[in-house]
Amino acid sequence: MPPVTMISAASRGIWLCHGCGQLCRAGGSHAVCPRCGAPVHARKPASLVKSWAYLIAAMLLYLPANLMPIMLTETLTGTQRDTILSGVVYLWGSGSWPLALVVFVASVLVPLLKMLAMAFLLATTSRQHRWAPLQRTRLYRVLETIGPWSMLDIYVVALLVALVQLKSLATIHAGPGAVAFGAVVVLTMLSAMKLDPRLFWDTEPPKP
Amino acid sequence: MTPPRTTLPGDAAPPAGMIACHDCDLLLVRPAHTARLCCPRCEARLDSGSRHSPEASLALVVAGLIVLCIANLYPVVGLDANGVRSATTLVGCATTLMHQDMTLIGLLVLFTAIAVPTFELCTQLYLLLPLNLGYRPPGFALLMRLIRTVHPWGMVEVFLLGTLVALVKLAHLARVEPGIGLWSFFALILLMAANASRFDPVLLWERYAACRPLR
Repeated sequence: MPPVTMISAASRGIWLCHGCGQLCRAGGSHAVCPRCGAPVHARKPASLVKSWAYLIAAMLLYLPANLMPIMLTETLTGTQRDTILSGVVYLWGSGSWPLALVVFVASVLVPLLKMLAMAFLLATTSRQHRWAPLQRTRLYRVLETIGPWSMLDIYVVALLVALVQLKSLATIHAGPGAVAFGAVVVLTMLSAMKLDPRLFWDTEPPKP
Repeated sequence: MTPPRTTLPGDAAPPAGMIACHDCDLLLVRPAHTARLCCPRCEARLDSGSRHSPEASLALVVAGLIVLCIANLYPVVGLDANGVRSATTLVGCATTLMHQDMTLIGLLVLFTAIAVPTFELCTQLYLLLPLNLGYRPPGFALLMRLIRTVHPWGMVEVFLLGTLVALVKLAHLARVEPGIGLWSFFALILLMAANASRFDPVLLWERYAACRPLR
């Protein structure tokens, strides 16, 4: 279906309600949707600042998430400390390399690439470049889709901790790395949610 | 003190029959016939093109709720190490973590794998049942917004993959038994995916407008 012309709704003083899809006349900073009562804005408020803040917090926590043990296994022979990477190496060594690959992609590669891609999107958007908006929007959609899959290792640890409480043989505890890793996943998801892809398409800063 | 919120006056409503793309803000004329509609500029899916019957959505939600109960009541994985047996449900995972001073992680598991799916299914039941009977459920607008906010945090499918990884890891240590909970979670994912693809806020708002208020 062809558009009238390639004009944005905001430039015509029309705001989209993200709650129900209703188009609203532009209002002040406290405007609400007449149909569902959700706050409406031309663009998500303080999108770049909030997104950067969550992203930087996630980047800082990425180090302890990978360096500190996420799982402590106590057996008769001693305590084994497992980081995310050593878990991948263990899976690889025990012959289940497809699973090692899945865990490596979900726990190491995806968070890292996601943070780099977010930084790239934010940096290019901050400079008011209207550069490759379609490709950047596609990248943003990929980031939104893969976000939750990094939680994989948290669930694995949760299950192992609950199951392996065999007092005579072995017990497993969650390590401090798990908290940091969980925080990285939540913070990167928040960072992606706060970013407004419509900023990629704007030629001029939106009027307040 | 925050200034009072200004509700937009009805006579200043934008021209009818227009829609804006949620990803690039392109202003479009809504086609007269319902068809699959993608944004010509940024390829965002604006309309799935299918008008699912709300009765089928209601059936999926009820089925999902039943399976959700089974999935959480029965153990997901069981373990047998030389006669020492243990089994855990999803709630058991979260409570064990909380007992180990890992409250944050326990709450994260509880929230993403149990609270969000349960809330989504219960809310949809509450919204769809009156709408099917021709009444407007009270609090419709607020709950529609809450579903939207909470939806990205539901991670049942990630939990299922996590269970498979845990099964393989444990297979070297002891005999593992997939429980009824595991199969139920698998069914739950299929039901929730089918339900999520049918969940259409625009359509629900149209139905809401056509219904009469509940007295």
